[in-house]
This record gives sequence, structure tokens and C-alpha cells, in this order.
Amino acid sequence: MLSIETFVAISLIKTVIALFVLLTAVAYTVWLERKVVGHMQNRWGPTRVGPFGLLQPLADGVKFMFKEDLIPPHVYKPLYIAAPMLAVVFALTSIAVIPVGNSISIGGIQTSLQITDVNIGLLIILGVTSLGVYGVALAGWSSNSKYSLLGGLRASAQMVSYEIALGLSLVGVLILSGSFSLREIVDAQSGTYLGFIPRWNIFPQFIAFFIYLMAAYAETNRIPFDLPEAETELVAGYHTEYSAMKFAMFFMAEYANMITVACVASLLFLGGWHGPLFGPPLLQALLPLFWFGLRIFGFLFVYIWIRGTLPRFRYDQLMAFGWKFLLPLAIANLVVTAFVVAIRS
Amino acid sequence: MVPVSYYLILGGILFACGVAGFLIKRNLITIFMSIELMLNGVNLSFVAFAAQWQALSGQVFVFFVMVVAAAEAAVGLAIIIAVYRTRETLNVDQVNLLKL
Amino acid sequence: MLHLILFLAFGVVCVAGAVNLLVQRHPINSALSLVVVMGSLAAEYLLLGAEFVAAVQVIVYAGAVMVLFVFVIMLLNAGEEERTKGSRVAMIFGIPGMLVGSLLITWVLLEHSGTQSVAVGALPGPPKTLGWLLFHDYLLPFEVTSVLVLIAIIGAVVLAAPPESARRKD
Repeated sequence: MLSIETFVAISLIKTVIALFVLLTAVAYTVWLERKVVGHMQNRWGPTRVGPFGLLQPLADGVKFMFKEDLIPPHVYKPLYIAAPMLAVVFALTSIAVIPVGNSISIGGIQTSLQITDVNIGLLIILGVTSLGVYGVALAGWSSNSKYSLLGGLRASAQMVSYEIALGLSLVGVLILSGSFSLREIVDAQSGTYLGFIPRWNIFPQFIAFFIYLMAAYAETNRIPFDLPEAETELVAGYHTEYSAMKFAMFFMAEYANMITVACVASLLFLGGWHGPLFGPPLLQALLPLFWFGLRIFGFLFVYIWIRGTLPRFRYDQLMAFGWKFLLPLAIANLVVTAFVVAIRS
Repeated sequence: MVPVSYYLILGGILFACGVAGFLIKRNLITIFMSIELMLNGVNLSFVAFAAQWQALSGQVFVFFVMVVAAAEAAVGLAIIIAVYRTRETLNVDQVNLLKL
Repeated sequence: MLHLILFLAFGVVCVAGAVNLLVQRHPINSALSLVVVMGSLAAEYLLLGAEFVAAVQVIVYAGAVMVLFVFVIMLLNAGEEERTKGSRVAMIFGIPGMLVGSLLITWVLLEHSGTQSVAVGALPGPPKTLGWLLFHDYLLPFEVTSVLVLIAIIGAVVLAAPPESARRKD
């Protein structure tokens, strides 16, 4: 067993690396979105800053830092300043329990590619998603303006409604895997049906997969569920009164949430980091990371593709969809899964 | 190794704060939140005793307390909204007549 | 030793949040202090080994019930409290009363509890055993609480719906 100093040192190193990777991924997801949506709309997207516009996130970061950070006089200052920080903190916390590969050993110390493997990893992600509502609700209220308040109220109501469908859609996967720990859920998906179809949870749980995707789009406030920040209706919704760094924090929180959703979907439904392994041992240690990254990239691309294609829901359509369609469907999926598992055992 | 009484004292302090808030505060919503604080103190005592006697029933009871607290919060807040709609005030001292 | 330090750290945050709830005049600050109390209580549950209860505390209590409170405070635009005669009387009697009460509880508990201690993570079992208990021994209370929640949903919708005269004619 590791001594406590070694454990703390390793955890700190893993945390720093994970945060660095996550923040870079957030910045380049923004770039990816601008390029892909641009090409879908028959235009180029960013091209001037660096080759293919690859340095655009850097330029954006510099812009946000140097812009005037204005605090309007009519806001409720403590919550106005705290709300974007809350949003970012809760968005970045989920990375702590997401595993990206098997154990590796560096210099004789065996450690798993996950900051911490808790027995209730999935519940922690759900809990942090629930707490993420506060950033939005408090931002909308503290800005003391009617567009922000309406946007904040709509966003919180939407996020709370779709949280339930999100959680229930994942219970089917939990029944099949028998554990809340994300690593064990991925391990339960090893092996194949009929010798060549991988035993991923998407095949028995395809309804749950689609419910999860739709509920996750609503949770992250993305098109077609982005009424809270609809540009054509509410100016900018709950982040109307924010500028510069605070606005950038909301932006970061939204894209970090997208990446978390993509990670959880690939871990729970697409078999995590499983994929063909070949080559020398160093390559074999790095390949799971590559397969995981490929799945994340696929999900982000689907997110951006849908953003470029679909119109947005009206608010009553959105709430009716969540409560009257997704929730009963998730419960039905849960009942059928439980029935099948009970009969089989 | 922490003695069980420490957990119970913490639960007791939370309960006492809840009672004090219930008596002192004048805003209906804050009074309601003090009730939730009392329920949280009680939950902590349940879990502490469950750990002491190694009985999982304590945890099950915590679930029931949470469910009841959630249901009570929903109905109570709906009542508060109805009171605000008719009397235009949330101050408990002014909601003192049956007639508007 | 580390157990005691962590317990005291989260305990101090809990009590500070509870006292802040009493001291703050604006209900939104009280609501956020209550969220802090619930979060530190979840940490205390983790110290006792009740990991599922801690997760449910964060998801349900801090993440749904308190969001509902914040929602209602935002909707009704509740302002700061005023000091009335009633509240002054209540403070003169209530705060010393509360201090006496908590000191009494502390003294009784320290005198009569003996030296039983709980270790970190004392509670046994994964969530599976909890689920077994919930659906076998406590099935009746489970079903009764589900009916209670149904009644609460219907009641809340009926109570909070706008009055008849305010609804448009469709």
C-alpha cells in the first residue's frame, strides 16, 4: 500500500494533468464547433489565426482577459460574482471520477488512470449535475434584469426536469452492471456477443442511450433545448449582464459539461476504452486513451452537428417533452430491463 | 475514532439552530428553511446511531425522512405562493387574520 | 486522528452555515447557507461510511429541494426582512433559549454516552444491502411514501395554479 504522502503527491499530479487536459479540450471544442458549424453553413469558420485557425482559442482567451470586466451597478454583487465561479467549479468537478484507461505503472508505482475510484462514482456525477443548476439560477436572479431572470428561471426549470429522465435512463445500465463504480461498469462491458459484436451497453439499452442523449442535451442547455440562452428571444438569457472573464467562465462551464456528458455516455454505453490493442507495450498502454478520445470526439461532433441542424423547442414543448415523453419512456425501459434481468437469473 | 456523542452533539446543535430560526425569523420562507435544518439534524443522528449499532435500518429511515421532507417542501412552498398571491406579503406577523 | 480533524472541519462548516442562516436578513443568503450545511452534512455521512445516503443528500436535498426554495425566492422576489416588535421579543428570548438548549443537549450527551466510538466508514455494505432492506423489510413504508409523494405533487399543482379568473379563455 502506498504511504499517505505518495498517495497525495500522485493524486495532485493526476489532478493537475486532468485539469490541464480538460481545459485545453474545452478551448479546442469551441474551435471545433466554430469550424464545423461554419462548414455546415457553407463558410470557413476561423482561418486567420494560425493554420486552420488553430490558435483562435488562444486569441479568444487573451481577448477575454483584457476586456473590461464590468459590474453593472444594479446587480446583487456577492451572488453576481459567485455564480460563474460556482458554474465552473461544478462543471470541472466531474472529471475527478472519470476513468480513461486501465492501470498503468510508472516507476514501480501502480496507479489507475482516474483521479479517484469511488464506489458511487456515477452518483457523484449526477450530484454535481444537480448542483450545476445553482450557477445558472443565481446568475439569472442576481443580474436584476428581466431578460436574465426569465432566462435563469427557464434554465433552472428545464435542468431540474430533465435531471430525472437523465438519472432514470442510467438505472438500466446500473442493473446490467451491478455497480455504481464507473470502472466496474466499463469492465462489465468487456467480451463479445457471438464472437464479434462487442458487449457494449448500447445494444441492450439503446432506448436508454437515446433518452440519455436527449436529456443530456437539455441539461447542458444546447440546441434544440437552448431556450434559456436563445439569442433571438432573450438577448442572452441568464448571462446577459456578464462580460469578459465571467462570461468566459459560463462558456467554459457549458463546454466542460458537454465533455463530461460525452465521457459518461462513452463509459456507460460504448464500452469506455475498449478497442483493438496491438504493437509494443508502450503503444498498448496508450491505445486505450486513443480509443476513449475517439469516442469523445464522436459525441462532441454529434453535439455540434445537431446544433447546426435543428431549430429550437418552444418552452412548453420542451417541458411537455421532458415530463410526458422522456420520463415515462425511461421508467418503461427500467421496468423492462429489471424484468429481463430477474427472469434470466 | 470519533465518539458517537460528537455526531449527536452536532445533530443537536443543528436542531437547536433550526428551532431558533423557527422562532426568530419573520419571513415565511426562512421559517420553512429552519424546519428543513431541523430535519437535517435528525438525519445526522439517525445515521450516527446506525453506525454505532451497525444497523442499516437507520439509513433506510433517513431515506424516508428525506422523501417526506421533499414532499413537505413542495406542498409548503405551494402554500407560500398561494399566501403571497392573496396577501402580497411574506411577513408572518402580517399573515394573522383569516380574512384578507 | 485524521478522522477527528475532518469531523471537526466539516462540523465547523455545518454550524457556521446554520448560524449564518439565522443571522442573514435576505432569504436567498439563508437558502445558500442551508445548501452549505447540507453539503457538509453529506461529507459527515461519508465519514460515517453511509456513501449512498451522502449521494442522495446531495442529489435530492441540496440539488432539488433547495433549488425549489431558491426558485420560489426568485419568483416571489422576497426582499430583506424587517425588524418588528414581534421579532425583537423573539430574539431576546429565543437566542439565549437556543444556547441554553444546545448546551443542555451537549452536557447530557457527553455525560451519558460512555466511550463508544465509531471508526471511519463504520457502516457496512454496498447500496445493494440497503436496497434489499428497502424492498423487503420496509416495503410497506416505501409504498406509503410513494403515495404520499403523489398526493404532494397533486396538492402542489392545485395550490400553486393561478386562480380561475386569471386564466385565459382558450
